[in-house]
Amino acid sequence: MNSPEIDSLIMLLSKLPGIGPRSARRAVLHLIKRREGLMMPLSQSLADTATKIKTCGTCGNLDTSDPCLICRDPERDKGAICVIEDAGDLWALERSGIFSGQYHVLGGVLSALDGIGPDDLTIDPLVSRVRDGGISEVILALNATVDGQTTAHVIMDRLADSGAKVSGLAHGLPVGGELDYLDDGTIAAAFRARRSV
Amino acid sequence: MEWRQSAVILDCRPYGETSTIAHVLTRGHGRYAGLVRGGRGKRLRGILQPGNEIDATWRARLADQLGNLSIEPVKDRAARHLSDQVRLAGLTAVCALVQQTMPEREAHPAIYDALSAVLDSMDETPLWPIGLVQFELGLLQELGYGLDLSACAVTGVVDGLTHVSPNTGRAVSTEVAAPYKERLLPLPQFLNNRAHIPDYEELLSGFRLTGHFLNAHVLGPADKHLPKARDRMLDRLAQADWDKESA
Repeated sequence: MNSPEIDSLIMLLSKLPGIGPRSARRAVLHLIKRREGLMMPLSQSLADTATKIKTCGTCGNLDTSDPCLICRDPERDKGAICVIEDAGDLWALERSGIFSGQYHVLGGVLSALDGIGPDDLTIDPLVSRVRDGGISEVILALNATVDGQTTAHVIMDRLADSGAKVSGLAHGLPVGGELDYLDDGTIAAAFRARRSV
Repeated sequence: MEWRQSAVILDCRPYGETSTIAHVLTRGHGRYAGLVRGGRGKRLRGILQPGNEIDATWRARLADQLGNLSIEPVKDRAARHLSDQVRLAGLTAVCALVQQTMPEREAHPAIYDALSAVLDSMDETPLWPIGLVQFELGLLQELGYGLDLSACAVTGVVDGLTHVSPNTGRAVSTEVAAPYKERLLPLPQFLNNRAHIPDYEELLSGFRLTGHFLNAHVLGPADKHLPKARDRMLDRLAQADWDKESA
């Protein structure tokens, strides 16, 4: 029988992705044992993040300031926008270090069955950003799924007369992928997108 | 309880962090849902796309449980159309329509065969939209709201049928339709004559006809709407392209 505070902490932690009640109990025990070194800084950090985090009004990224650090960074290329589904994708692209332009977070993808239409996503603000000028390329970095690519096609249509170049990520062989283990669709997509070497 | 059949994936929703609840259409068991363990993982998420054909094994302790679905890929249709927006919208629309309209766990082999045929035709012929209109007519028929396009509802003549009553779904001849033209739906020729290749306007008339009855009898009463992907497909199906392909 635990105190209500401990039970409440276990219950809250068990709601996190990847953590069930058993893992939550272990985490809580671990935190209690390291109260000064881990639990207090963690609670402070959680409180800070909860009060300070906001959504960037320009790109939709999560940051403590609006506009976010990426939008304010003068070193970044202001002429290219990479369109992604959510902030997790932005973090993945930033980890890769491959892109140094601006981002635009859509907040989801179109879904025929869930009734998510273009008005439910931030497609209009994206079109306004591009039409405002100064954007030479829009890169659609959306998932290679039916919903992801349907969303990409809709954005392509909306930006058709904007004057900006619209490109999408390639589909095909992953690094380290072996043909024998790939699904037919990926092989077909890779084959169609073959290039001269 | 266990069965194993070929199935077409209609819809997938994430369940928990690693699994997916997939809705599939089978020939012998109809539309079925099942939990695909690891469905959000690298190996399965590419397969779990609408339109793909799989070899599905469904298992549950009791018949009315959700059940576990094990899948093996058979035909990868979605990936083939990812870069073609008209076909991708068509594939999404037809899968969403079947998911929204077909009752669960009720075998409709004719719908399974027709769905497989229309999805395959997207890869094989530029005239696949004709098959999609025919599929929607067949869907209405199978759901009990079939249209009677064989003879005039008033005179019984079988030739010169040009309109359909929006209430009864029965065809009428040009002479009978004349005074009520504004209130009737045009009947495109290709729905009665399979050899006739429709022009762009006729094709759109076909989609408007099936769309009206799907909305009026199947989707509307259940407070549902035609999939937006269907409108997108019709918007993108440009007249110039259709005229070139149907020539």
